[in-house]
This record gives sequence, structure tokens and C-alpha cells, in this order.
Amino acid sequence: MGKHSDNNKARADHGGTLLACHKLACQRGDRLLFRALDIELHSGELLHLTGPNGVGKSSLLRLLAGLLPVYAGEYSQNAPLALCDGQLPLDQDSVLDKALDYWQAFDGAPSMARAQVYAALGLEQLADVPVRIFSTGQRKRASLAMTALQGAKIWLLDEPSNGLDSTSQAGLASLMAQHCADGGGVIFASHQPLPQPDGAYPSDMQLSALDLQGFAA
Amino acid sequence: MRAGLLKIFANLVLRDVRIAYNLGGSGGGAQGGFLLPVLFFITVSILYPFSVGPDAPLLQRTGSGIIWVAAILSAILPIDRLVAPDRNAGFYDQYAVRGIAEEWLMMAKIVAHWFASAPPLLLASFIAIAVMDIKDNEIPIILLGLLLATPGLSGLAVMIAAMIAAMRTGNALAGLLFLPLAIPMLIFGAGSIRPGGENGLLLLAAISLLLTALSPFAAGAALRAGQE
Repeated sequence: MGKHSDNNKARADHGGTLLACHKLACQRGDRLLFRALDIELHSGELLHLTGPNGVGKSSLLRLLAGLLPVYAGEYSQNAPLALCDGQLPLDQDSVLDKALDYWQAFDGAPSMARAQVYAALGLEQLADVPVRIFSTGQRKRASLAMTALQGAKIWLLDEPSNGLDSTSQAGLASLMAQHCADGGGVIFASHQPLPQPDGAYPSDMQLSALDLQGFAA
Repeated sequence: MRAGLLKIFANLVLRDVRIAYNLGGSGGGAQGGFLLPVLFFITVSILYPFSVGPDAPLLQRTGSGIIWVAAILSAILPIDRLVAPDRNAGFYDQYAVRGIAEEWLMMAKIVAHWFASAPPLLLASFIAIAVMDIKDNEIPIILLGLLLATPGLSGLAVMIAAMIAAMRTGNALAGLLFLPLAIPMLIFGAGSIRPGGENGLLLLAAISLLLTALSPFAAGAALRAGQE
């Protein structure tokens, strides 16, 4: 397993394709959500997923994460990925630092320093606060920190800026830009455009958008 | 996966044991509670003499059977908190994204549940034995029987916890699913106490081993089936 992902990492470092899907379709229950969807995510690329509620943005992210079966089409994932959805899988009774340590033991040393992630998301003051008393926005920031610290090449973010204040939104944008500059790729589903802090995006970062409505079945 | 399999396994087990015994946390223990099943076990053992009256020979004759029934009933109590809270918080999604097999997760869950349930139960059974005034020669057989049964009970509990985790009204089913599957252990466990029934312990050990070995796979499959 370790060898396999190392190979993938090497490939991704050379500006390769992080994930690709061809004529993808997704079915939930007996309802076909979308079909004939082609996506390619390259390293350094930021893909903004849009579309009205219920069109299947979250389902697409879960499918790409391997948590939903592919109904039709092809999907290949060439690098480890991280999924940040609405949930917060951190131990409620632990302080944030300890709760993140738990996942760190699985993931190994992160590519981004924890201090940097904390600073970007404004979590320094919360490092020794139990997770259960976090507010909605703080929970969101904690789950984003968990994703950033996983050290995966691909980030799948579901509504990452929901409940975030403008400072944290800018911090999130800078983290995503940093991740892309490091050769990673991001797919995020959101109804709002990402705030663009001055000079935070490197000029070679590719920002693309995809409206899932166009693929609705 | 960058961490080795053994490290992953130890990490999983340690987290569950820590939560169950509420160690290193800052109080709360909403998920944990090794205490509840044990208190239930002790309470049933103490209630029985009250209900049949102070009849020492009767207690001696039937007490060991009641200890076994109490032990098996108390194993039902933690089932709804074994898998569902982690599943609802998204832990299993994150394990899946990291490529950790569900069977491995469930095996760790069973080991952790055994550490959180068997030692307290065996300690509490001393109280039950004292209350029932069990004969001296039967005490080691009861203790050994319970010790042999606990891995099977843990496996069964985690298996059913994984099955009902995705159901909205699964909690009510836990007992109904658990008890029939626990009957063989009850029969051989309680039966081994009768004179000349010591061989029942061997059959008990066999059933317990079988359940422990099979349950990670059944639980892992159930967890995957409930993924949405």
C-alpha cells in the first residue's frame, strides 16, 4: 500500500493528472443524479463545482472519495485524497490538538506545518479547547484543518466556506492556493465564489468552474 | 497509507479503550461508559435474592444460572453505542478514504470492547458470587466460563452494532438479534456448572472462538453495506 501511494505521489509531482473520470453517472436510490460527466483534475488546479441544491454536488464528491459506487463510466484516482464534508470526525471530549493527533497517527507527518494551518484558519486560540464546545464556524474550521493536515494530494471540499467569517474565508483561500502551489489539486462545491485575497493566488494556478446542472439526468 | 498496519490497529484499539474508561478526556464520557453494563449486572444479581427470598439452598442451586443470564443481558446494553456514534460523526468515511479495511476496523473494535467489558464483568462477578452464596467448587468454573465467553460476546456485540448502525430504529432490534445468537454460550456456560458438566467449557470456548473469528468479517460487511 505504502509503495503504491509513493508511486502515485511521484507521478503527481510531475504535474500529472490527479484524478480523471469519463462519462461518469451517479445514482442515489432509484434516481439518476447526473450522467456523462467528464472531469480531469491536474496538480495545481482548483475546480469550483456549482449547481442548485440537490443536483448531486455532495454525491459527486462522495463518489470521487470512493464512498459511493460508480453507476456508469470510468473513474481513476491517481493520488491519495482527503474529503471534508459537513461532518467533524474528531473526538468531542478531546481538545483540538489531541483530536488532530489521532488522525496524524494514521497519516504520518503532514506536508503543511500545523502552525501554518492553525494560523491560516485562526485556530491557535482553540488548540487546547475541547471540540464539543466549538461553534458552527469553529467546527468547520477544525474539519478544514483536519483535511489540510492529512497530507493528501487531492482535496475534496464540500461547502468549505459555509459558516466561515471573511477572515477565515481568506485564510481558506490562501491554504488552497498554497496546496495547489505544492502540486496538489482541489475540487470544492460551493454556492459562493472563493474570496480572492490580494496576491494569495500564484499566477500559474488554474482556476476552473463546472456547473453540475448541465449534466443533470 | 503511511502508518503500518500494526500501528493503525493499536491506534484504533487505544482510542476506544480510552473512551470507554474515560481516560485522558476532559470528562463527559458520552460514548463511553464501561460502568453501565457492570452496574446492570450487579443490580440483577442483587435483585434475584430479593425476589425469591432468603432461601440459601435455592440460591445456591439457581444462582449460577442467574449470573449467566445477567452477564448476557448486560452485554446488550452497550451495543447501540459501539458503532453508531462514530459512524454518524463521519469516522468510518475518513477511515475508508484512508484505505483502512472495514474488517480491520471491526477487529480493533472487538478487541477494544473486550478490554472495556470483560475485566469489569469478571470483577463484578465476585460480588454476584458472594450474593448468591455460590459453592466454593463452582466459583472457578463460573469465572473461567465467563472469561471464555467474553470474547464471543464482544464479537457478537460489535457485529450486531455494525448491522444496526445504519438503521434508524436499530436500537430496539439489538437485543432481539443478540440473544438468540448468545444462547449456545449460555447453554454450555451455565451447563458446565452442573456436576460432570465441565466439558461444556470446551464447547463454550469453541463457540466463543468461532464467533470472535467470524464477527470482524460479518461486521465489516455490514458496515460497508450501510455506507451511503
